[in-house]
Amino acid sequence: MTNEDIVQAIKDIIITIAPDEEVAGLKLDVSLRDQIELDSMDFLDIVMELRKRYGVNVPEEDYKELASLQSCVDYLAPHLADKELVAH
Amino acid sequence: MDERADAIVIGAGPAGLAAGIRLAQAGLSTIVLERHWLWGGLNSFYKLGGRNYDVGLHALTNAAPKSARKLPLPRVMRQLRIPLEALELGEQLGSRTVFPSVSLDFSNDFDELASQVRAKFPACAEAFDKLAIELALSPHGVEGGPASTRTELLQRLGDELLVDMLMHPLLWYGSPTAHDVSWSLFVVLWKSIYEEGFARPRGGVRPLLKLLTGRLREVGGTLRLKSGVQRVLHDDGRTEGVLLDDGTVLRAPLVLSSAGYVETLRMLGGTFAERAATEPVGTMTFVESCSHLSQSAPSLGFDKTITFWNHSERGIYAPSTPAPFDARSGVLCIPENYRGQDPEPEGVLRTTVLSNAAVWEDLDGEAYGAQKEAAYQASLAAVSTFAPDPRPHVIAKDVFTPRTITHFTSKRAGAVYGIPHKVDDAASGVQGLHIIGTDNGFLGIVGAMVGGAGVAAFVAAGAQGQEATP
Repeated sequence: MTNEDIVQAIKDIIITIAPDEEVAGLKLDVSLRDQIELDSMDFLDIVMELRKRYGVNVPEEDYKELASLQSCVDYLAPHLADKELVAH
Repeated sequence: MDERADAIVIGAGPAGLAAGIRLAQAGLSTIVLERHWLWGGLNSFYKLGGRNYDVGLHALTNAAPKSARKLPLPRVMRQLRIPLEALELGEQLGSRTVFPSVSLDFSNDFDELASQVRAKFPACAEAFDKLAIELALSPHGVEGGPASTRTELLQRLGDELLVDMLMHPLLWYGSPTAHDVSWSLFVVLWKSIYEEGFARPRGGVRPLLKLLTGRLREVGGTLRLKSGVQRVLHDDGRTEGVLLDDGTVLRAPLVLSSAGYVETLRMLGGTFAERAATEPVGTMTFVESCSHLSQSAPSLGFDKTITFWNHSERGIYAPSTPAPFDARSGVLCIPENYRGQDPEPEGVLRTTVLSNAAVWEDLDGEAYGAQKEAAYQASLAAVSTFAPDPRPHVIAKDVFTPRTITHFTSKRAGAVYGIPHKVDDAASGVQGLHIIGTDNGFLGIVGAMVGGAGVAAFVAAGAQGQEATP
């Protein structure tokens, strides 16, 4: 998966858990919570979807790495290198 | 070979169904087990003599529009990925607390309650506004806090009658303890009932449960009816699965139980069951009735949605001991008095009065029936003191006692609001076994769903290296 794919993967997940949010204009380096309304429960959903779709386990101490799209890319890139973007 | 799953949920009420959906959504193979032939738990439905009856649901609390995203109802629906619009919620027309000398009206517009307090308790107006602001700024879930709300409110408001009247609907709709409630629960009740308010899904509890069971199926979860759990299997402090009444063993490393805290301890057997015997059981239980009327209730003059009555100078909310029921204090619900409901040819009227479980357990067949009828007549007589007399218009009815509640929900002593001290952290003492539902500290249908979905999310997000399901 390329970095662009990872961004798309996260956006796809956000659309699933918060269908009324606009993900198109999300900025890479700004915290997701500052751009859309996601609470801690929504982040648990992101973690669950990452596991379900890509088999990636994000341990609790690493939840903070999912704060922005860029930090998601940085953190997930090694785990997703050999995975394909799942179409949704 | 025993059947395997990633997760098992005990009980198909709103908490269990919400938990099952969230677990299955996370990709875990999930089985929701229900002892009865029907789902819904404390909020179920059935047909009798060709007529529909709902159990439990008078009102959905926490009425909130979709735009109020942080509030419990929109939030939990989003977590379950069910559009809030699908509930087709209709707001209440208006509710009332009736005491002998004074009444307080309230609706989903908080200002109505505030102006009623200003008009009827002018000396307390300023103190009430301060309290309202304090509570508005308080988050939905506060931990710890004082044990007695009564003491706290009396300090702030200085008027016993006003304290009684403000607490009355809140105690009735969710206190597991007599006369008083913990501050943390009070805050939740205040917000759910006074700040957010009552609504009803169009068509009542059926469409709501249909959405939940439909969503569970859609995400691959399984609902198994007539599957009572005999034992929760565990070894060396870890959950291994469940043994069903029919001898079937289902293996799973995760079990979420909505059967109640004490009831779940009993299912663990051994020293857990011994501990269960010493745990306090909830004492608040009720006699409920559902009457069908020959014409619509509003056409007979019933104009309120919910009426919380109290026929004593001081508010009464306690077990009716030693009597089988106490109709001096109760709740009247007119399901037609929500906006957007389909017109029904027959009216429906529901009542709830105080009771106690022990008396009913000891009654034999004939005496049981006679007491049921007596409780019903007393309930309708009480209603006729502040609303039209429904008795000449009743064409069909059913009455539920604490015994009915225990039979259909497993809750000991018919304790619909569960144990007095809540298991806030959902822990059971066995790894992989979590308590959800009433005893998890959340209230009502919305609270049950919030709690079930929340616990499920935490355990599912943390469910590392589950064995693959064959």
